[in-house]
Amino acid sequence: MIPLNHPSRSMAKNWYHVILLIGVGLMLFPFVWMFLTALKPEREILAVPPTFFPRTLTFENFTDIAHRIPVFRYFMNSVLVAVVSTVAVLVTSSFAGAVFAKYDFPFKNALFMIILGTTMVPFECYMIPFYLMVSKAGLIDSYTGIMLPLVITSFGIFLMRQHIATIPDDLMDAARIDGCNELGVFTSVILPLSKSALSALAIFQFMFGWAFFVWPLIVTNSSELFVLEVGLAMFQNQYAVEYGSVMAGASISVVPLIIVFLIFRENIVSGMALSGMKS
Amino acid sequence: MSARITLTKSRGLERRKRNFVVAVIVPTVLLYTVLRIVPIAGTFYLSLYEWNLIKPNRPFVGLGNFAKLATDETFKVALVNTTVYTVLVVTISVALALLLALALKRKSRLGNLYEFAYFLPVVIPMVPVSILWKWMYDKTYGIINFTLNAVGLQGVGWLTDPNIALYSIIIMSIWKVLGYYMVLFLVGLRNVPDEYYEAGSVDGAVGWNAFRYITLPLLKPMLLYVCVIATIQAFNVFTPVYVMTTGSQSAPAASVRVLVYEIYQNAFRYFKAGYASAQVVVLFAIVMIVSIIQFKLLRADHY
Repeated sequence: MIPLNHPSRSMAKNWYHVILLIGVGLMLFPFVWMFLTALKPEREILAVPPTFFPRTLTFENFTDIAHRIPVFRYFMNSVLVAVVSTVAVLVTSSFAGAVFAKYDFPFKNALFMIILGTTMVPFECYMIPFYLMVSKAGLIDSYTGIMLPLVITSFGIFLMRQHIATIPDDLMDAARIDGCNELGVFTSVILPLSKSALSALAIFQFMFGWAFFVWPLIVTNSSELFVLEVGLAMFQNQYAVEYGSVMAGASISVVPLIIVFLIFRENIVSGMALSGMKS
Repeated sequence: MSARITLTKSRGLERRKRNFVVAVIVPTVLLYTVLRIVPIAGTFYLSLYEWNLIKPNRPFVGLGNFAKLATDETFKVALVNTTVYTVLVVTISVALALLLALALKRKSRLGNLYEFAYFLPVVIPMVPVSILWKWMYDKTYGIINFTLNAVGLQGVGWLTDPNIALYSIIIMSIWKVLGYYMVLFLVGLRNVPDEYYEAGSVDGAVGWNAFRYITLPLLKPMLLYVCVIATIQAFNVFTPVYVMTTGSQSAPAASVRVLVYEIYQNAFRYFKAGYASAQVVVLFAIVMIVSIIQFKLLRADHY
C-alpha cells in the first residue's frame, strides 16, 4: 500500500480537485455567460471575437425587453402561481401527512400506496383529459386553471408523513388532556414541531411552481396571464436572434432562484435528497 | 364510576379522532380522484375514441388509434429520438453522477462550492436554461463555436445540423440533471457505514474491489431509484425541444421530434385528443416496461 504521505498520493488528491474544479467551471459558466451577455450592448454581443467582460456596461437589454413584453407582469404572475400553490400544498400536505402518520383508519396503507404511485405518472401523461376537464369547468385562461394541478403533491404528503411520524404520541396526548380537540392538537403540537419540514417543502414547491411550464403553456391564451416561463419562451420564439434582450429575460427568471438557492441551499439539497428516501 | 368516565371520555376521543380523519381524508381523496386518478384513467378512455376537440361526434374506434400509430412515420421518428435521448441521458448522467458522488463523499473544504455549482442547474427552470444554451450553441456568434475555432477546430451547427441537434439537447440535459442524481447517490453512499470498508480492507477489498463488493451492492436500491426516475424524466422530455427548436430560427424539426412534443402538437395544435391519448398510452407503457425491467435487473441478483 502507498503510505499516506507519499507524494503520488497528494498528487492524486490534487488531480481529483483539479477535475472537480473544471467541472465547477462547466456547471457555472453558462450562467456567467448569460449575465455577461445581458449586460453588453448588441455590438459587443455580435462582435467577432466576442468581448468576455462587457466593455460598456449597459442595462439597455433589460429596458428593451420591458418595453416589448410586460415582463414585470409575467414576473408577478409567476410569483402569484408559485406562492398560492405553495400555500395550498403546505395545507394539504400537512393535514394529510398528519393523518397518515398518526391516525388509523381502513385502507390507510392502500391509500398511501396509491398516492405515492401517482408520482410514477408524470403530468405529461394525463394533461389531455386534464385540459378537457378544466375547459369543461370554464377555467381555461384563468389563474385557478393554471394552479389546479399544483395544489397537491404526493411528495409533500410523503415528506410530512415521514416528519410527523417522529413526533412523540405523548405530546399529542398531553395536549388532548389539556382539552385540545384534534384540530387543536394539529395546530398547537404538530405544526409548531414541523417547521423544518414545512420550510423545506415550501421552498421545494415554490421552485417547482416557478419552473412549471407545459401546463401554463397549454392553459393560457391571453398574454396578461402568462407566467414568466411562458412569456420568455414566446418572446424568444419571436426575437430569437436578439440575444441581449433574450438573455436579460432569462436573467430575470434565474436571479430569484439563485438567491433562493444561495440562502436555502442546505434545506433544498436535503429536501431533494429526501425524495430519494422513498426507495 | 371513574371507569365509566374514562370510557365515555375515550369514546368521545375516538369519535373526535374519527371526525378529524374523515375531515382530512375525504377532501384528500376527492382531490386525488379529480386531479390525478380521473385524468390518468381518462387518457386510457380517450385513446379508444376518435376524439376531435372541434367536432361534435366522437366515434368509438377501439384500438384503431393504435393501429394508425403503427404506420405513423412521424411517431416512429419521435419514438426513436426519445429512446436515443433517454438511453444516452440516463446512462451518461447516472454514471457521471455516481463518479461525482464518490469523489465528493469525503467532506472537503471545497465541499460547499462543489455542492452549489453541481446542484445549481437543477434548481433553475428548463426555459431559461434552454434559452441560454441556445445562445451558446449559436452557429455564428455562440461561445462554443468561437472556442472551437480558437483552438483550430471547425465549429458546427449545434442546433441546425439535423445529425447533431438531438445530441446537443442531450448534452444540455445531462448538465441539467447531473447534480440531482449526484445528491441522491451521496445520500446512498453516506448511509454505508465506515466499518464495512474497514472490515473489507482487512480482506483486501480496497479501491475498485471495495467499490465492486461493498459500495455497489449497498447502493443498489438507490441506483435503482435513480435509474427509474431518470428514465421517467427523460422519456417525458419536452421543454428544451420546444424552446430550442421552434420559432423563427427554424431548426431541423424531424431530427429532434420527441414523444411529448408530438403529443402536444396532436392534442393542442391539431386537436386530435383521442389520437394523442393513444400516443400517451404507448409512452406510458414503454416507461412502465422499462421500469419493471430495471427493477428485475437491479433487484434479482444478491451478493
